[in-house]
Amino acid sequence: MRRVVVTGLGMVTPLGCGVEPTWKRLLAGESGASKIDRFEVSDLPAKIACTIPRGDGSDGTWNPDQWMEPKEQRKVDDFIVYAKSAAKQALDDSGWHPATYDDQISTGVMIGSGIGGLEGIAETAVLLKERGPRRVSPFFIPGRLINLASGYVSIEHGLKGPNHAVVTACSTGAHAIGDAARLVAFGDADVMVAGGAESPICRISIAGFSACRALSTSFNDEPTRASRPYDKDRDGFVMGEGAGVVILEEYEHAKARGAKIYAEVIGYGLSGDAYHITAPSEDGDGAFRCMSMAIKRAGIQASEIDYINAHGTSTPLGDEIELGAVQRIVGNDAARVSMSSTKSSVGHLLGAAGAVEAIFSILAIRDGIVPPTINLDNPSVDTPIDLVPHQAKRRDVDVALSNSFGFGGTNASLVFRRVVQ
Amino acid sequence: MSDIGERVKKIVVEHLGVEPDKVTESASFIDDLGADSLDTVELVMAFEEEFGCEIPDDAAETILTVGDAVKFLEKNAKS
Repeated sequence: MRRVVVTGLGMVTPLGCGVEPTWKRLLAGESGASKIDRFEVSDLPAKIACTIPRGDGSDGTWNPDQWMEPKEQRKVDDFIVYAKSAAKQALDDSGWHPATYDDQISTGVMIGSGIGGLEGIAETAVLLKERGPRRVSPFFIPGRLINLASGYVSIEHGLKGPNHAVVTACSTGAHAIGDAARLVAFGDADVMVAGGAESPICRISIAGFSACRALSTSFNDEPTRASRPYDKDRDGFVMGEGAGVVILEEYEHAKARGAKIYAEVIGYGLSGDAYHITAPSEDGDGAFRCMSMAIKRAGIQASEIDYINAHGTSTPLGDEIELGAVQRIVGNDAARVSMSSTKSSVGHLLGAAGAVEAIFSILAIRDGIVPPTINLDNPSVDTPIDLVPHQAKRRDVDVALSNSFGFGGTNASLVFRRVVQ
Repeated sequence: MSDIGERVKKIVVEHLGVEPDKVTESASFIDDLGADSLDTVELVMAFEEEFGCEIPDDAAETILTVGDAVKFLEKNAKS
């Protein structure tokens, strides 16, 4: 099987536009959470979210006009604009701009989303009811479809290889990177633009996730304290938005063009809980099996894992179940592992989460520093695992594992390793 | 341009993101103003909205230029 490395990174998150601005604020222990001011929240149980700082593009703010013309933005939901932004950054970072036909057909795109254009669907449903079918825009369908993130990116950059999209709720970003890496390993493409994008901060989405009892509601007056994975006062996740995209490239292809190599994708595991539509299986079996599969595929021992970027959403049930599964995986080596949930800072980006968190794992390898779990004042259970409370920590990271688990009982784990050149 | 002409021009500028001076009577939406087939469907919807009239599909198919739109709307506009 061909080796697959990461040669480019791009992201838009509640901590800013771009990998470095986000990473800097993440390491500083900042939170992207605030009160929602885009729409009426007085009748919603959850009134906070982690939103992208919009601005003119300076100081790490995100300016949509830099990534898509205003007249085009009108036609699509925001997840597509986020995807275009992250993908352009990643391609620029990688220096890969295929111009010849051969390079174009060997470069593909796999950017997923958990729920795609929910806001546009809700608004158009109201329009249809109030004004009738003749008022429904021809851009309604292509602007909401999840695979149109991959479609728009391929059109912008002339990428004619495999064009695909993943939809596995909160595991989407991780599955996209794992599946795209497989396409490169199999030789279906030499380069894949892979990741996830999500724009779920709208009334219908907050109402729906609130009805599932998934969101934090006790910290509406203190938004930055609401996302607190593993803490005994946690009461649900904080919704986030954004996109993460990586460039996956066949190792020899990357070497031949002198590309910067961040890390190698050495392991990928997938599993299903077969248990409940929203709750994780109580024994953590699904999480355990997908981590085991990823570690086995990587050809390493669990004791070689330095850092785990946890799924850790800050829900009462999920965090401890994942922690239990990780303890089973690392066994007697638990004390040497650092595991943090960066959702404490950026919130839960749903379909983008796995991609953004994969990037954080890769940056931990690059910089030898692990990001913190902020707001972890009082862990709800004792564990020998270092949960990196409050402050980032310097430590060598050669191998990092990133977990993502989604509604429907869908699990994915990715393993990255430093490449010694 | 007439009042209707100015209102048509404004809609075209907004929807297609083109410079106002390119929106002449003879300008073709697809060949000169960069519209695709979906853009033209949306333009027709915007004209219907602005001028309070229905533009049937067979009539819409004959509206290829800014001038075609103005001519149709001068006859059929209700608002």
